[in-house]
Amino acid sequence: MKDYTQPEFHVDIDYSKCHKCGRCVGQCGWGVYKFNERPIPDDSKCRACHRCVTFCPAHCITIKKSELAYRENANWEPQTRKNIWRQAATGGVLLTSMGASRPQQSIFDHLVLDACQVTNPSIDPLREPMELRTYLGNAEKGPAIKIETPLTFAPMSYGAVSLNVHKSMAMAASRLGILMNTGEGGLHADLYPYQDNVIVQVASGRFGVDPEYLNRGAAIEIKVGQGAKPGIGGHLPGEKINQEVSVTRMIPQGTDAISPAPHHDIYSIEDLRQLIYSLKEASGYKPVGVKIACVNNVGAIASGVVRAGADYVYLDGFRGGTGAAPAVIRDNVGIPLEIAIAVVDQRLRDEGIRQQASIIAAGSIRSSADLAKAIALGADSCAIGSAALIALGCHLCQGCHTGCCSWGLTTQKPELTRRLDPEEGAQRLVNLVNAWSHELQEILGALGVNAIESLRGSRERLRAVDLDEQTCKILGVKPAGM
Amino acid sequence: MCGLAGICDKSGALIPGEVIMKMMAVQRDRGNGLGAGYAGYGIYPEFADHYCFHMMYDSTEAKEACDIYFERNFRVDRNEPLPTQKTVGIDAGPILWRYFVTVDDRIIKQKDTTEQDYVVDAVMHINTAIDGAFVASSGKNMGVFKGVGFPEEIGHFYRLDEYEGHTWTAHNRFPTNTPGWWGGAHPFALLDFSIVHNGELSSYGINSRYVEQFGYHCTMGTDTEVVAYLFDKLMRKDGLTVEQACRALAAPLWSEIDRMDEADKAYYTALRRKYGSAMLNGPFAIVLGTSEGMIALSDRIKLRPLVAAESGSIVYVASEESSIREVCPDPDRVWTPRAGEAVVVRLDRVSRKAEVA
Repeated sequence: MKDYTQPEFHVDIDYSKCHKCGRCVGQCGWGVYKFNERPIPDDSKCRACHRCVTFCPAHCITIKKSELAYRENANWEPQTRKNIWRQAATGGVLLTSMGASRPQQSIFDHLVLDACQVTNPSIDPLREPMELRTYLGNAEKGPAIKIETPLTFAPMSYGAVSLNVHKSMAMAASRLGILMNTGEGGLHADLYPYQDNVIVQVASGRFGVDPEYLNRGAAIEIKVGQGAKPGIGGHLPGEKINQEVSVTRMIPQGTDAISPAPHHDIYSIEDLRQLIYSLKEASGYKPVGVKIACVNNVGAIASGVVRAGADYVYLDGFRGGTGAAPAVIRDNVGIPLEIAIAVVDQRLRDEGIRQQASIIAAGSIRSSADLAKAIALGADSCAIGSAALIALGCHLCQGCHTGCCSWGLTTQKPELTRRLDPEEGAQRLVNLVNAWSHELQEILGALGVNAIESLRGSRERLRAVDLDEQTCKILGVKPAGM
Repeated sequence: MCGLAGICDKSGALIPGEVIMKMMAVQRDRGNGLGAGYAGYGIYPEFADHYCFHMMYDSTEAKEACDIYFERNFRVDRNEPLPTQKTVGIDAGPILWRYFVTVDDRIIKQKDTTEQDYVVDAVMHINTAIDGAFVASSGKNMGVFKGVGFPEEIGHFYRLDEYEGHTWTAHNRFPTNTPGWWGGAHPFALLDFSIVHNGELSSYGINSRYVEQFGYHCTMGTDTEVVAYLFDKLMRKDGLTVEQACRALAAPLWSEIDRMDEADKAYYTALRRKYGSAMLNGPFAIVLGTSEGMIALSDRIKLRPLVAAESGSIVYVASEESSIREVCPDPDRVWTPRAGEAVVVRLDRVSRKAEVA
């Protein structure tokens, strides 16, 4: 049946400059180009991933937004109409990738940080010690994980991303003294040398989980939910399950890897407690964290999770990324991360259990400013997934679920995955985390403190601009001027 | 900027209030007349076993409400105005009153609490629930004398020359963040702990949220108050020694911890992890007065001045050396404590008791 949608982008080639070298044809993972004496683009396949633009030696390719006019209608936006045409043609759930992209208000953008003037001196991070070291876990007893800067790499499974992405993150984590997270796809043998910097995840599909796996990680994480798709399971299509993925996930090659929506052994909080302690028993009492999506009742849920024995709670906000999710869920379910951090931190304090567990915040941490604000709201550390992928070349074209990633990140096609050199990838990630860490040190210095724990939960150092009174109250942040 | 001073005679011999007033008078330009105060220890020997509440009332209604509160919750053995005298430079302040009280054992048993927790709860109640009433101090055999004015004027106003104590601390205030008001002057006290503070806690936001988890309420609108609660929490409730509490509040740098031997490394890592939110950050020098002596501490990178000296059994600390030389021109030893390193002064009788134990 004909799809009534129109191309979103227009591939504009300046043939007067074109070398006719055909590199664009080879670089495009989406099959946009055919070569007939010169590259001929098919606009309808382009996702604006800019792989061809970046590698065109003549700089003769420009990707433009389609200029096609739609009759103005603020209620029926072009995207809404296109979604209906697409579903009318296919009868399917609209799939998408990466984080929510609708123009919803970002609370982080409405928070500003404090700085010292006169009465207390700011501290120069170039001259004075400026400490970022953070421990994750119960602050008063039991095991903990040391990270040298309050950042970890967010869980992204091998299968959803390529092995080279995993290697890049593992090497970077090891060099930075931080952690990467396997996601729910198991731990490939090539990552064993970096296992002290790896959180191994146990998700509802139990892919790759056995006692050896649990014992290799620095910590274990139970994934209950994901910010991009709270309440929804996972589905890695069989085309992405090649030999290596199959061995690592412990499932037959070519079969779909389906993570059920709930864990079938967790139907309530007491079941979670049993799983937490089973994993502790199986691993000689390593720290066990629980990842949940930020939903309405997140304060009470997190409290239950901590009381169930979790050493950290991983909060994934509604802007969190995904390798594949129904668009309707990604764009409409869940609450903002900023609210969740504030509510959970306060709830744990009210109950006197804040010391028992750390909070990791994730779900679109875009910069060191977001990182600093998340920590000031009450997080111990943040995790970055989308930002890490962007560092590796991702251009946010939201096509991860297709397995055609031209940048070789969210694909298992060997001709594409080889585009990422793990050594270079690791260096890019190290650079990014170092850059953010330096910026965080500058922020701390401006605030006049020289250790990250003095910013953690220090909402007094934040002010709100253009946020309503109720939101300020929930955030525990005063409006600017107060 | 503020000025502070402390003096303690380890032998327990009593020092006249005039001495600490002199130490502060030379530091006059470290304040701006918007707040000064003193804490004296060993000043009420005739009521040594009583909790002495120094109270400030904005109105007679507040006093009446508080009188009733004390009568209902304590055994009040004496109830009188704090002795003051007219002083140039001191405007009409609040109604100042003191109560010497004891707590009935039966109430403690009935409420399944400790005497000290009972008193702390009372302080928190008065400060938060009785409008216009503030507790200036609530310890045994000690008292806080503070108000709006320069230190020598405040000392004269409260007739400090009529008191003698084994330990004195004092403060001259240059308020920047909060308005000058009588209750907001230093020292801040809870039970036997009193704090004078030069600096600004850049970590106040999290320090206050930390103590609030344990039932303390920061009500004075100034950061120093939280230090008193932190010492109370760490020392009285968690049982840390003074030295340990100081190491928690001005924690060693990780680079320093990394160089320690394994046992110390494990200890300080645990201390820092547990008390990360209690750590005081930003510029500060504080003098803590207790019934057992005095502790002076500066921040981890020494952004505020602190000088110490020793002469016989007497130890002096001050923001400026001139303050010490004013009352002790030729001390046996003068030194500048290192950043984050506590000067701990214990009365001999306390040290001896510790040795016996």
